[in-house]
Amino acid sequence: MTKFELLRAEAKQRIDEKQGTTLVCVGVATCSMASGALKVKDAFISEIQRKELDARVMEVGCMGHCYAEPLVLIKKPGFPALLYGKLDEDLVERLVEDFLANDDPCFDFALAAIEPNDSFPTLADFPRGFYEEKLILEQCGFINPEDIDHYLAVEGYRGLVGALDKSSAAVIEEVKSARLRGRGGAGFPAGVKWEKCSQQDDKEKYVVCNADEGDPGAFMDRAILESNPHLVLEGMAICGYAVGASKGYIYVRAEYPKATSRLRIAISQAKEKGLLGKNILGSDFSFDIEIFEGSGAFVCGEGTALINSMAGNMGIPETRPPRMAVSGLYGKPTVLNNVKTFAYVPGIVKNGAHWFRQKGTEQNPGTAVFALVGKIKNSGLVEVPMGTTLRRLIYDVGEGIPNDKKFKAVQIGGPSGGCLPEDALDIPIDFDSLHDAGAIMGSGGIVVLDENDCMVTVARYFLEFTQHESCGKCTFCRLGTKHMLDILTAITQGKGSLSDLDLLLELAEDVRDGSLCNLGGTAPNPVLTTLRYFRDEYEAHLEEGRCPARMCKDLIAYYIVPQKCSKLCSACVGSCPTEAIYTREDGIKAITQDKCVKCDNCLKACPPEYDAVEKLSPPVLPGEKGSEKK
Amino acid sequence: MNLLEGEREEILNSVDEILTSSEINRRNLIPILQSIQERLGYLPRPALEKVADAMGMAAVDVYGVATFYNQFRFHPPGEHQIKVCMGTACYIVGGQIAMDSFARRLNISEGETTPDRKYGLERVACVGCCTMAPVVVVDEQMEGSVTPTRVDGILLSLEANGNGEKPGEEE
Repeated sequence: MTKFELLRAEAKQRIDEKQGTTLVCVGVATCSMASGALKVKDAFISEIQRKELDARVMEVGCMGHCYAEPLVLIKKPGFPALLYGKLDEDLVERLVEDFLANDDPCFDFALAAIEPNDSFPTLADFPRGFYEEKLILEQCGFINPEDIDHYLAVEGYRGLVGALDKSSAAVIEEVKSARLRGRGGAGFPAGVKWEKCSQQDDKEKYVVCNADEGDPGAFMDRAILESNPHLVLEGMAICGYAVGASKGYIYVRAEYPKATSRLRIAISQAKEKGLLGKNILGSDFSFDIEIFEGSGAFVCGEGTALINSMAGNMGIPETRPPRMAVSGLYGKPTVLNNVKTFAYVPGIVKNGAHWFRQKGTEQNPGTAVFALVGKIKNSGLVEVPMGTTLRRLIYDVGEGIPNDKKFKAVQIGGPSGGCLPEDALDIPIDFDSLHDAGAIMGSGGIVVLDENDCMVTVARYFLEFTQHESCGKCTFCRLGTKHMLDILTAITQGKGSLSDLDLLLELAEDVRDGSLCNLGGTAPNPVLTTLRYFRDEYEAHLEEGRCPARMCKDLIAYYIVPQKCSKLCSACVGSCPTEAIYTREDGIKAITQDKCVKCDNCLKACPPEYDAVEKLSPPVLPGEKGSEKK
Repeated sequence: MNLLEGEREEILNSVDEILTSSEINRRNLIPILQSIQERLGYLPRPALEKVADAMGMAAVDVYGVATFYNQFRFHPPGEHQIKVCMGTACYIVGGQIAMDSFARRLNISEGETTPDRKYGLERVACVGCCTMAPVVVVDEQMEGSVTPTRVDGILLSLEANGNGEKPGEEE
């Protein structure tokens, strides 16, 4: 038996010893923690103890079904493994009593079963499960990210073993033939990068994993690191072997403490088992991984800025070439890939390039992982084959827009992406196709916007972000984005004229062409796409002082319709944080406009049966109409 | 913000300890600054000067690196640190409203700390909890779906158990 088989046998045995008892897997990742997963976990533990049941509670990562957090998977012998969502302490008590202590699986609260069975539908029976194909998220939420045995039991590190059996050239060939393209957003062929690095005649080389996921609205990398850190470590080790590097770094974002702590645990466990460190599994190959914590600068997602930051400098991008593969970290040949890119590698080596090419399209094989958020019912983390259309992603996988609202746009690719209208929904998503529509795939953040979202505000938001995050090296990026932001801010306040739109377009081109790195190069995208597809909204702001989506604070007013106000309820009065709402002599509520901070509370507080609060845009109250006219 | 009594000594001692236990080279500058902030909660001026001295760098260079990154704070944090997420998802469903509400209740602007150092308010780019938007992180505890009413609830629960305990759920 080889060293690896021995490790695997041990791991399996350790896990098998615990078979036969009921297992409660609580999904604990950052977003589930936000929705109370730790409380649910504690409740399970204390209930099980109180009832002296033979059951274990285990932490797992993110399953991707964020809309139903906190999630729990219960595996009880004799029953199909069942997934329960939206749990709280009361439901936990009920599940422990009815299911764990007795044999009623409480199907009412169950979301889905995991494997096909006769009693309950599985995830694959829902549109979402049907369209999803998981290559790198497969184990996320099902294995314990803090226990390497779980990863070994699901064939983990077999890719690394397979790689060590081959020549490094053969490994690179496999990755090249899989046509794996960099998942950080640029889509550069990973194999080509690796080959270039492997050809460099230098003893010291580095493998760097870019986990500086800075796009607002994106959390794919975080979820993978929190749910299956070993997958990324394995991918990095394979890359190290292929290019001849013995040192790897993971550049993790400062805002991801859970991912960092789980990575630290994973690294130390892998070292303990001899899967990282000196002479891995008895071979000549040695590889170590260290964590470098970023400090919160968006521009550090850019390669040259990232390595500058690791050297203790400001994270300012530099001109290329030389390419990173020739002269990267500390001036040495370096492979820099995104978390997801590394995550695909073990599967490719283990199952062959063919396995990867089977999914997706000819030029864009494999799958894409998206963070589906915004105005969408089934928000969460999804993995679909490349070439899936946006419509399928939003309406089938995500089940469409909540509250019967109308779809307005989809923002794809973070601040460097664009906003696409309904017409663009049939575009298949891959690295090349979105480009023509003015957007990019980027790292995979998808924000769905509905009729209540103002496109000018959205464009302004992204520009504010890029303007703030600009490192300041290039004049166009530093000052151009500032100027654009000022114009957009004025438009959201109803100030300015139509000629400002031409100036915006002109500035956008200059910023794009005059910037060194992609932060500036793509910063105008949200403005360009919103101007292209939603020009009428800009015009409404400028010409009519009206925000069609009723979002821009300066262009709206809250108004209580006297005919609809119930007189008897005071929900709005109680909810107002500034005491702007008062009761008129006739009992009807009204708003003192000067005091109103437009926080939306009264609108939410007004019981739906009255529906008396309205947002008016332009902000002219009925009865004042005549007096407002100049 | 002025240093409190005895704070300067504490700062210098902490920095001393961190510097003796780390390798002094440029590659380590950011990790050293991170350790200092972890210990002290922010990067006070005397600390930056001391690091510059030890590294053989001009203080302005250390300051330049530190201010480049969003993570570093130059104000002492509040006893309760409130971080309002301004990611896309949070922004479009009212992140700014949550920020305004905290600013109004605490009477400070983002990036500031109340004079009694009880509350600090900051803006973060995205904490990656987009499905719970708008999100606020209070003392490392995530609070999802934050409305002005919840803002009041969060602050009340912090007042109620002011010993740094986690804020309780309010209805």
